[in-house]
Amino acid sequence: MTTTDYRLIDSTLRDGSHAISHQYYAEDVIKIVAGLDRAGVQVIEIAHGDGLGGSSFNYGFSAVPEKELIAKACETAQQAQIACLMLPGIGLADDLREVRELGVSVARIAVHCTEADITEQHIKVAKELGMEAIGFLMMAHMNSPEGLVEQALLMQSYGADTIYIADSAGAMTVDDVRRRASALVTALDIPLGVHAHNNLAMAVANSIAAYEEGAKNLDGTSAGLGAGAGNCPTEILAAVSTKYGIETGVDPLILMDVAEEVVRPIMPRQQVIDRAGLLLGYAGVYGSFLLHAERAADRYNVPVSEILLELGRRQVVGGQEDMIIDVALELARKHAEAEVTA
Amino acid sequence: MPLRCAIVGSGNIGTDLMVKMLRSDTLQLTALVGIDPASDGLARAKALGLDAPHEGPDWVIEHGDDFDMVFDATSAYVHVRYYKKYADAGITAIDLTPAARGPKVIAAVNLTEHLDAPNINMVTCGGQATTPMAYAIRRAVPSLPYCEMVSTVSSKSAGPGTRQNIDEFTKTTSTALREIGGAETSKAIIILNPAEPPIIMRNTVFGALPEGTDHEAVLDSIYAMEKDVAQYVPGYRLKNPPVIEEGPYNTPGGVVPHRVVVLLEVEGAGDYLPPYAGNLDIMTAAAMRVGEAIAEHRGVSA
Repeated sequence: MTTTDYRLIDSTLRDGSHAISHQYYAEDVIKIVAGLDRAGVQVIEIAHGDGLGGSSFNYGFSAVPEKELIAKACETAQQAQIACLMLPGIGLADDLREVRELGVSVARIAVHCTEADITEQHIKVAKELGMEAIGFLMMAHMNSPEGLVEQALLMQSYGADTIYIADSAGAMTVDDVRRRASALVTALDIPLGVHAHNNLAMAVANSIAAYEEGAKNLDGTSAGLGAGAGNCPTEILAAVSTKYGIETGVDPLILMDVAEEVVRPIMPRQQVIDRAGLLLGYAGVYGSFLLHAERAADRYNVPVSEILLELGRRQVVGGQEDMIIDVALELARKHAEAEVTA
Repeated sequence: MPLRCAIVGSGNIGTDLMVKMLRSDTLQLTALVGIDPASDGLARAKALGLDAPHEGPDWVIEHGDDFDMVFDATSAYVHVRYYKKYADAGITAIDLTPAARGPKVIAAVNLTEHLDAPNINMVTCGGQATTPMAYAIRRAVPSLPYCEMVSTVSSKSAGPGTRQNIDEFTKTTSTALREIGGAETSKAIIILNPAEPPIIMRNTVFGALPEGTDHEAVLDSIYAMEKDVAQYVPGYRLKNPPVIEEGPYNTPGGVVPHRVVVLLEVEGAGDYLPPYAGNLDIMTAAAMRVGEAIAEHRGVSA
């Protein structure tokens, strides 16, 4: 294998799942994995958008049980490793055991960026199973560089092989990413990765900045398919990296074909930064809330922007999708009361 | 004569339970047992004139003759190692960890079912908050194919025991939704939220409503249960009116046309941690309710 300057983890089949309300079918998985694999993508992540075990009322039920899809991905990949993400509190260590049997070799253990100590059990299980364990700190804009270092060191002490920070709200500027990435690269003995979202149109720039600060892993999704206004588009990241002279080991032209011919046709809408998407980044709200908030806005006849701003004010974290209904009901009541007094 | 009690575990739960038990007429607390001599809980116990050893559960076994009942507020791992020893020593154990060795008791649903059991499991804080609502939905419908709960607690109120026991929490809670709540399939989710000031404990219950459900009956049953739980946890309340939402929903128990969403808030009594820590309060209040029910069953009069 040729050495590359960073490792690319494509999350179309995990984070992208949010944007299609977790309605992936086996034929989608086979085509997407085959394309990414042929392009040379090193790691392909697949699971419910909220990680293993995420299929639920709260996050949306998967059309097809995720383990059937994971098995298909493992069968299809020729060279790429298959990864799964899991959030302690939603998925179980038993889920890791099951997907290990299916051929998954990378476990990303994801947690809100201040709660690293709940990952100890699962990082250790992943290591015992012989998997690469990646500690994945979400909503990283909500913690300082020093705070993230403290959390990352905990995960390193549990045996994590790599640490990721995720800009889950797409709320970080290039400076925000640089300060966090450089602090982590300096403090850690293990490699860093950065997972970017595009709510402020910064995903590719932030990913390149992270690389320049020493990150050795970057995330993307094909055509940017993903939560909120979408992820860092894998094909654009690969193309821009080539222009920078960064060796990725992946073929941008094949990735462009995958995005155009496989992924765009199944997208219910193209990833654009509309008002709601931009508001997520602006207010620092978890990107996966977007579609749930739109549904609640329709159901209870309140503006989606008000829901998102109130969620930001309440400092809700990833996983609290139930609070969207709570906020929508309260806003609906306030609007009704305002009408009565008017 | 009141039952002679010890609490093992001097963390958040154990210390909160201590404050409540000192007000009881039928449970006489004489010891709070920890492992860390510097813990705040043990210091408070000492100041209150209780025994406050730091030799852990072994201390209770060694002094087995002095106790009728032990409340275990350590962690699932510790309880699994000691539950047999308590039983052998003739001490009734009320297990506040998610170890789930004995029968599960949800105070508002099956309080009096296991009063003679040597070991009673109190499920989890989220289980105490949400299983009554699963049960309330179930009694108003022909069947409850699937029930799900989401519990969000403030980071500050989740001690190391909870943090190392996340899988046990979700598994035990999910089992309670089926075994006691009456759901056919279930899922439990827990989220920690670090916001400052800390958020009050929130719990959401989603129930799958099959064809032919009387929606008004479901809502009435939920309101009635809110009152029942609030009798022993005054800060337990519906944050918003329960709502029926239209699907269809492709649940693990089959496709259903509707779901009911129950949005709960549990404000604590502020006995140890401030009122945001409703998760402590509902667990310790339920454990007190069970302990006092056993005392009454054994003829202890207040």
